[in-house]
Amino acid sequence: MKRSLYFYRLVFGVGLLLLWQVASGWLVSPVYISSPVAVAGRLSELIASGELFRHARITAFEAIAGFLLGSGVAIVVGLVLGRARRLAEVLDPFIMGFYSLPKIALAPLFVMWFGIDMSMKIIFTAAVVFLVVFLNTYSGVRSVSPEQQTVFRLMGATERQVVRMVIIPAALTWVFVGLRLSAPYALVGAIVGEIIAGNRGLGYLVARTTAQFDTAGAFAAIVAIVTLGVLLNMGIKALERSLMPWRQMEDAREVAI
Amino acid sequence: MHMDSDISPPLPALVSFAGIQKTFAAPEGDGTLVAVEGVDLTLEEGHILTILGPSGCGKSTLLNMLAGIYKPTRGTVTYRGAQVSGLNLRTGYMTQNDHLLPWRRILANVRAPYEIAGMPRRSATAKAMELIDLVGLTGFENAYPTQVSGGMRKRASLARLLAYNPETLLLDEPFVALDAQLRLAMQAELRSLARRLGKTVLFVTHDVDEAAALGDKCAVFTARPGRIRQVVDIDLPADRDLMTLRQNPDYGRIAAKLWDLVTRESREGRISHET
Ligand SMILES: Nc1ncnc2c1ncn2[C@@H]1O[C@H](COP(=O)(O)OP(=O)(O)O)[C@@H](O)[C@H]1O
Ligand SMILES: [Mg+2]
Repeated sequence: MKRSLYFYRLVFGVGLLLLWQVASGWLVSPVYISSPVAVAGRLSELIASGELFRHARITAFEAIAGFLLGSGVAIVVGLVLGRARRLAEVLDPFIMGFYSLPKIALAPLFVMWFGIDMSMKIIFTAAVVFLVVFLNTYSGVRSVSPEQQTVFRLMGATERQVVRMVIIPAALTWVFVGLRLSAPYALVGAIVGEIIAGNRGLGYLVARTTAQFDTAGAFAAIVAIVTLGVLLNMGIKALERSLMPWRQMEDAREVAI
Repeated sequence: MHMDSDISPPLPALVSFAGIQKTFAAPEGDGTLVAVEGVDLTLEEGHILTILGPSGCGKSTLLNMLAGIYKPTRGTVTYRGAQVSGLNLRTGYMTQNDHLLPWRRILANVRAPYEIAGMPRRSATAKAMELIDLVGLTGFENAYPTQVSGGMRKRASLARLLAYNPETLLLDEPFVALDAQLRLAMQAELRSLARRLGKTVLFVTHDVDEAAALGDKCAVFTARPGRIRQVVDIDLPADRDLMTLRQNPDYGRIAAKLWDLVTRESREGRISHET
């Protein structure tokens, strides 16, 4: 079952690459879509020269720093607002307004405020990540069963003990949903920042190579971006496993009706 | 309501409900829904009261008022001579839902009340292990709640309740989800533990046999608005053996009486459909 799944995935992936290779130069000019062989060649050049890693390190740093900053603030604010019902009601329309705004529209302003160096990309990424994590943390806190909290209050638990023993661990599941959902946005933030303003990073590399009609180079940079995204996701999953061991037990249980 | 026996209790009541009415906003429209009405009820320390009535008659509401979670609309709830206002920390709750924390292993769940009390980790663990042994969960202390059966979760929940060691146990249909055998075992365990530890118990159920087997007395409620139809003294031996109780003719008589009381309403033609 599992083996055949991997097999079909491999077939699909190889098929896609073959199609791309064949289409390039026959259906579409390689100027636009390059070809897998050319991309692989360019990728190994970029790796050999060390250029790719130089850019990737910067993007990774911006994405991770922004992600940590944005989600850290979001978790604290989510916890506080999740407890302060009244305040949350007052802020609700403002939060929803900010939520519906495509954050990219803010990028030029961020350039004006914070310049074009790394701190701008980090803050921009943090802003993009913040809302997703905040909203999930907030709903997580709100979804903790009031009965469960009462049971603990009857045991004599103080408000702080209820928060520490019940609310935070219960909200953690939701926090991680937010983290997983927002991880791709962290990359979006960093890369958009680099495309708009910058001379370093994978976003800059995509912009520069495209402008020079080095399509293979652009694709090579994109391959690096995808790799970075996958690594970021794996990191979050690993963190989730180590912070919430009970979840694995739930997953490992045999499904029965 | 009339008392089944006229012997007045020798002890002052630990718990008393006097002239209790509780209304809620009706789910539809802006009227009110009367959950319980005209409830007068007392319970002596160390006794087990079972509260028997159809779903929705306000049994849980009554327990919530004793725990101080709800305030009565009318009347007063008194606990050890003082009116209940705010959470009544001398009571402990156990419901159909075990309310274990899924992220804590059984041991850590049972230990939680000791942690709240600020007991050092080592002695808290030792005491929790004793309780785990008491409820027959030894060997499962390192399992997560999702890894054990419903009956074991119930035991863990009971152990945690005992760790917290409230004077009065509020048990709201705690054994509903269990199969008949497990349920009987849990009932027997509960009764012997409560007696051994001198606990006062209010036990809500809609199961006539459970009400008769567990209680020292049983308050039978009508359908909503819940009123007490009758308080029945259950004159079975205090150290009754629940496993063989069904063969006891006194038990049969009492159960028949409770059945008669709970079915009276429908026999009188007032069939209530409640979920
Ligand atoms: N917090 C509440 N808000 C509104 N209605 C409630 C609330 N709690 C209970 N009720 C209503 O009061 C009635 C009695 O409820 P409950 O005490 O839970 O009954 P029981 O436990 O006997 O099944 C029900 O009709 C229920 O819908
Ligand atoms: Mg109920």
